[in-house]
Amino acid sequence: MSTTPAQDAPCSIPALLARNASRYGAKTAYREKEFGIWQHWTWSETAEEIRAMALGFLALGMERGDYVAIIGRNRPALYWSMVAAQSVGAIPVPLYQDAVAEEMAYVLDHCGARFVVAGDQEQVDKVIEVQETVTCIEQILYLDKRGMRKYDHSRMNWLEDVQTEGRAAAQRLGAKLDKRTAELTYDHTCVMLYTSGTTGKPKGVVLSNRNIIETSRASSEFDKLKPGDEILAYLPMAWVGDFIFAIGQAYWTGFCVNCPESAQTMMTDLREIGPTYYFAPPRIFETMLTTVMIRMEDASPIKQRLFHHFMAHARKVGPKLLDGKPVSMGARLKYALGNLLVYGPLKDTLGLRRIRVAYTAGEAIGPEIFEFYRSLGINLKQLYGQTEASVFITQQPDGEVRNDTVGVPSPGVEVKIAENGEVYYRSPGTFVEYYKNADSTRDTKDPEGWVATGDAGFFEEATGHLRIIDRAKDVGKMADGGMFAPKYVENKLKFFPNILEAVVFGNNRDRCVAFINIDLGAVGSWAERNNIAYSSYQELAGLKRVLDTIQEHVEQVNESVAQDKMLSGCQIHRFLVLHKELDADDGEMTRTRKVRRRIVEDKFADLIDALYGDKDSVYTETEVTYEDGRKGRIKATLEIRDARVFGNEQRIAAE
Amino acid sequence: MLDTQPDEGYTTADGRKIGGVAMEMKNITLRFGGVVAIKDISFDIRWGEVRAIIGPNGAGKSSMLNVISGFYNPQEGEVIYKGYRRPRMRPYQVARTGIARTFQNIALFEGMSVLDNIMTGRLNHMKANIFQQAMWWGKAQKEEEENREKVEKVIDFLEIQHIRKTPVARLPYGLKKRVELARALAAEPSILLLDEPMAGMNVEEKEDMCRFILDVNDEFGTTIVLIEHDMGVVMDLSDRVVVMDYGKKIGDGTPDEVRNNEEVIKAYLGVTDD
Repeated sequence: MSTTPAQDAPCSIPALLARNASRYGAKTAYREKEFGIWQHWTWSETAEEIRAMALGFLALGMERGDYVAIIGRNRPALYWSMVAAQSVGAIPVPLYQDAVAEEMAYVLDHCGARFVVAGDQEQVDKVIEVQETVTCIEQILYLDKRGMRKYDHSRMNWLEDVQTEGRAAAQRLGAKLDKRTAELTYDHTCVMLYTSGTTGKPKGVVLSNRNIIETSRASSEFDKLKPGDEILAYLPMAWVGDFIFAIGQAYWTGFCVNCPESAQTMMTDLREIGPTYYFAPPRIFETMLTTVMIRMEDASPIKQRLFHHFMAHARKVGPKLLDGKPVSMGARLKYALGNLLVYGPLKDTLGLRRIRVAYTAGEAIGPEIFEFYRSLGINLKQLYGQTEASVFITQQPDGEVRNDTVGVPSPGVEVKIAENGEVYYRSPGTFVEYYKNADSTRDTKDPEGWVATGDAGFFEEATGHLRIIDRAKDVGKMADGGMFAPKYVENKLKFFPNILEAVVFGNNRDRCVAFINIDLGAVGSWAERNNIAYSSYQELAGLKRVLDTIQEHVEQVNESVAQDKMLSGCQIHRFLVLHKELDADDGEMTRTRKVRRRIVEDKFADLIDALYGDKDSVYTETEVTYEDGRKGRIKATLEIRDARVFGNEQRIAAE
Repeated sequence: MLDTQPDEGYTTADGRKIGGVAMEMKNITLRFGGVVAIKDISFDIRWGEVRAIIGPNGAGKSSMLNVISGFYNPQEGEVIYKGYRRPRMRPYQVARTGIARTFQNIALFEGMSVLDNIMTGRLNHMKANIFQQAMWWGKAQKEEEENREKVEKVIDFLEIQHIRKTPVARLPYGLKKRVELARALAAEPSILLLDEPMAGMNVEEKEDMCRFILDVNDEFGTTIVLIEHDMGVVMDLSDRVVVMDYGKKIGDGTPDEVRNNEEVIKAYLGVTDD
């Protein structure tokens, strides 16, 4: 697809920055909480900071087409460093900050990064470790000075010093910088993002200015975003969503990006800022709801009664009110009263009171969770997207929001379903290529620009909304020929607050079995209320009463799976609760916390064998990686439970 | 000036500058009735160094720290601080001379928030009188802002932003230890005394604490005297180590020297540690 910007429209992020600095000069562009106070920068101050940084980069010898890796938590200066790199014609490559050194080494080597901008000492240490094998890195720039005094600074600079140097060199290098910025066109690379890689090595997705700006424009218009909107930037900077929300849409619309004080203060900061536009993966909404429910159980009886009474009413009319459907006057009045007494204060506590548009994506969200937020009057919607599409493939328009669909194609996006059920799309946001990987590019994107998503799904005929079933390659067959869709069952399990993660096996087998991870927060709080002592995750996960509860959940899921004739073979016959939480550090999950099915399957092969055997317990040893990179072993004897399955006769009858 | 030594100090292997003698303990003997806790001990502490005191249980380490902090007054011997013999002082007077400490058993105000606890570390820097404080008027207002800024820098430094408003009683042990360190740091001491800063911590908390101690020393040039049981920690952290046993000094030197000292091996490393 080739679109060209309208006459004189800015065609790069630095150009948008210049436009914002003149159009919204005095409006706040960035806020960050530091030293207990929200520090802020206006658009014109931001432009000045970025210019100084870009001049400093020039002084350090940054060339056109250089790759600049950025590693750290969401902080204004790191966002600026991306735009500064673009201004001198270089390409920013944000990386996941919790990646271990080996993971970073691959990416840094693959893109041949000459410069690395690191958030703090921890990140610098990893880069130095990487430098033993990766030789392309010439300069490390760091943001937080702490602990950095003793390092060899011959090839290392404090970011603020770089800016100071840039300011000093403004006369000498100013014209050169302006020339570099002016060269940028719609076809220049805007950013390169590495996909988290559920399978195999990460791939560098090249997104052009056209991809980012066209997508940002279309999606901003779709949701009527405006200057004055506020977002909280707390998701990994390496994730495409963060780039679109905190840079693409923010620069297109001119709204304000707020950075939390630290990862742990996110919830407090969210509350203080009260964003109007918000994105969170289902997991975060789930955690918030769990926290609310746990705290309500500790509340006084009057408050509990009020809460449950009005929440029941909200569930009835809240979503209808949001969708603009007719609701009786009495119900409206009662909702208004509930808003005064319960919903308003609750939204305030969660920091969601000012939300106009909120999105969730990435995984299926539990119907109860989704309805909870909608009933409070929070306009929570779903979208479906991926890095290769610059996020947006489909999204739900206001008033057509449902839990089980992902919406209609976003403006400018064409979607089609292949014969095998796989979803394909084509849009102005479609990525240019995978960096240095022509084979994969060819496999994913055909000459006409259609991209395979790898997800299986279908359009609902009545509404035109897309529904996603599972990853296309994960959908398998049971031994008896029935359909095996593990994600479908896992999602149902994960909708229980006590279950954090579930992995279902059964491809080419005669029945399904499952691994369960309990949610330490929810189950731990239950244990506390019932005076049950436990010292570790492992011990809690092995308690008989916990297993009983999980068994109930599994059986409820079986009952609901049995309703669906196509999938009734996916009921779980046996399960166990794992002795450790699946963890990205052990490679069992991606950094975006999606389970790596194959790796889990290999790693716990002994447990799967036991689940298909007939013993009721199994002894196992597992290697774990601690946060500092050292390894250890966990030993455990796990109890295996049989779960009741439903509707066998029906299924036979159906056959 | 008494007892000043023309001592330039030295530079460590990792490039830190260690200055001249900050404090000298001369022939200190401390008795509690008939019990002799410290027997004729002498050693010095240099500006900018991390000085460890180790020894088995009951060796007199904490007593030694209390002598340094002015909580105990030794029956014999003298403490030379900044070149002068230190007279008998009340602990708060010692605190005003730039010495701050943490305690083996956490001594925080449990019912107060983390922020308020750390603010108490700034007491010596506040000049406003009780009426100004009560009315939050005049000097008090400006002073609070200035001190709060200092405290916020410490909070940022020790990465405890997320518990700023949490009552101390609700915190886990490892974080309480960190808050105690924060309070001591807020006083902007020139000598910081740490009484078993890692006691009862898990490996991860210990590593964090180690990093903070090194960072404090590195960033503010604070002289640190610490008592610690974990030998690994002591050997990694400190520039020089004093070894005590039954109230006597049996070794003094760099970690390597101490490790190879026969008497130390016999008395300390050979004895089972708790």
